[in-house]
Amino acid sequence: MREVSISEFIISRLIRIAGYSAILFVAVIFIFLLHEGAPAIIEIPFSAFLNTRWYPIESYYGILPLIGGSIIITIGAAFIAVPLGLATAIFIAEVAPRWARDILKPMVEVLGGLPSVLLGFIGILVVSPFVRTAFSLPTGLTAFTGALLLGAISIPTIVSVAEDALDAVPKTYRDAAMALGATKWQIIWKVTLPAARSGVLTAIMLGIGRAIGETMTVMMVTGNAPVMPTELIALFRPVRTMTATIASEMGEVANGSVHYHVLFFIGIVLFLISLIINLTAASVVFKTKKRAERILS
Amino acid sequence: MKKATKPTINMRRIEEKVGLSLLTLAAIITVLPIILIVAYVAWQGYPAISMEFLTGFPRDGMRAGGIFPAIVGTFWLTIGTAIIAVPLGVAAAIYLSEYAPENRWTRTIRIAIINLAGIPSVVYGLFGLGLFVLFLRFGTSILAGSLTLSIMTLPIIISTSEEALRSVPNSYRVVSISLGGTQWQTIRRIVLPQALPGILTGIILGLERAAGETAPILFTVAAFFLPRLPTSIFDATMALPYHLFVISTQVPGMPIHIQYGTAIVLLVFVLSMNTIATVIRSRARARRQW
Repeated sequence: MREVSISEFIISRLIRIAGYSAILFVAVIFIFLLHEGAPAIIEIPFSAFLNTRWYPIESYYGILPLIGGSIIITIGAAFIAVPLGLATAIFIAEVAPRWARDILKPMVEVLGGLPSVLLGFIGILVVSPFVRTAFSLPTGLTAFTGALLLGAISIPTIVSVAEDALDAVPKTYRDAAMALGATKWQIIWKVTLPAARSGVLTAIMLGIGRAIGETMTVMMVTGNAPVMPTELIALFRPVRTMTATIASEMGEVANGSVHYHVLFFIGIVLFLISLIINLTAASVVFKTKKRAERILS
Repeated sequence: MKKATKPTINMRRIEEKVGLSLLTLAAIITVLPIILIVAYVAWQGYPAISMEFLTGFPRDGMRAGGIFPAIVGTFWLTIGTAIIAVPLGVAAAIYLSEYAPENRWTRTIRIAIINLAGIPSVVYGLFGLGLFVLFLRFGTSILAGSLTLSIMTLPIIISTSEEALRSVPNSYRVVSISLGGTQWQTIRRIVLPQALPGILTGIILGLERAAGETAPILFTVAAFFLPRLPTSIFDATMALPYHLFVISTQVPGMPIHIQYGTAIVLLVFVLSMNTIATVIRSRARARRQW
């Protein structure tokens, strides 16, 4: 048995602490959100939250319009990002020649790296005037504008996760299908996609999670009007999301006020939404891994 | 055994042609806006770039002069994030790749990392305000901002570094151990150097994200207008992304060329980090012996 020196012992302990730090951070984040946000539940009756009016100056704290705003924009973004993202991932993984892949992958990575404030900036100066004239609206700062840009923001997440999943499908599957006379298109739809199903679902979920949590872009281009979206036409009117509300109002509230607590309460809601999405995604990942291990053993 | 409704060969060919063209079209629709955005910002912004713009202080309520304090602020925030997040993230990656047993605790760590990666950036901002600014009394400061950005960056650094460490063949470790090396010696002298390019790529991509983020620094460090440079880690500072937000939404009558000028500086900052990461990765891939 090799003698383990003291420094080796200390270093391995430090490394282990660093490894466990991720659990600590998630816990601390949740505790602090609770600590600052939970008083809101005592200060305001629960029914007041489920109101359709958000007007903090007169103590109306209905968060339904904000949740509605987040939902309508996220659905809009998903309609854009899911088909485009998946098609791009399939193109990169299954169809594209090597040179095209070498161009496309870094490009998508660049899109993923663009700061959201920059996309918001482009949204204000380019996309929203375009939306206004194209649909002859009174203002271009609408939910639709936000959905367009959020779609662009979610695409890189969907492409990279889905492409990984498609890449992980063994080549023998495709070879077998091809030997049976299937066309490339048939292989994609009937062999590769079904085999990569769970990874593709994870990609869609993470993309949607990205869209719900996005802040700066939606705050800059959606007009910031906390109005309950009830009809489809709301897509072409200003709305406001949960994230934008926190970002635009937190700077102006007094620490420890009711408004301050409510903004943290919205933070808790966002945290829980992302927790649910990511736990579901993680469980899919771990389940497929287990199945793969079972097949291999 | 075949079904009677099977399309003829000809139909299948047409179907394949149409399908593959649609996929190609989708990929083009995805990529084209990226090229357009970058080109448009560059075209609109480059006339604003001058020595005065890059090294001067803002004047006239930010409607004239330069953006030097914002550039310096983003530089220091990125350095601060690197100092905190890199050692912690790489150590965590080493733990997961080299030490961690496959048990429930390790799985909990992985789930925690996935969750950290998914938390909305504005929630990080709230958390930073609650813990660092108010509870620990760091105030709106570079320290509070860097700590907030570090925790947000951590999952990116951990997952890319772990992947780099795992891709080092196991035979390298076995040989080192069999020659009498301890586990830490093996990691430090054999595994880490081999995985270094991959780890560097992950670090740069993480810092790129930190440098471009606005929401986490809104309440933890960013100053609306501060016509001097920060002198300590307890000072607030201007920052490029927040400055772009301020001048494009909060200041009426802002000259458009200053807005595009700020956007292009931010874009260059981020794209150059992205390019460095890509170059390191492709070089390492070309030189790899395994």
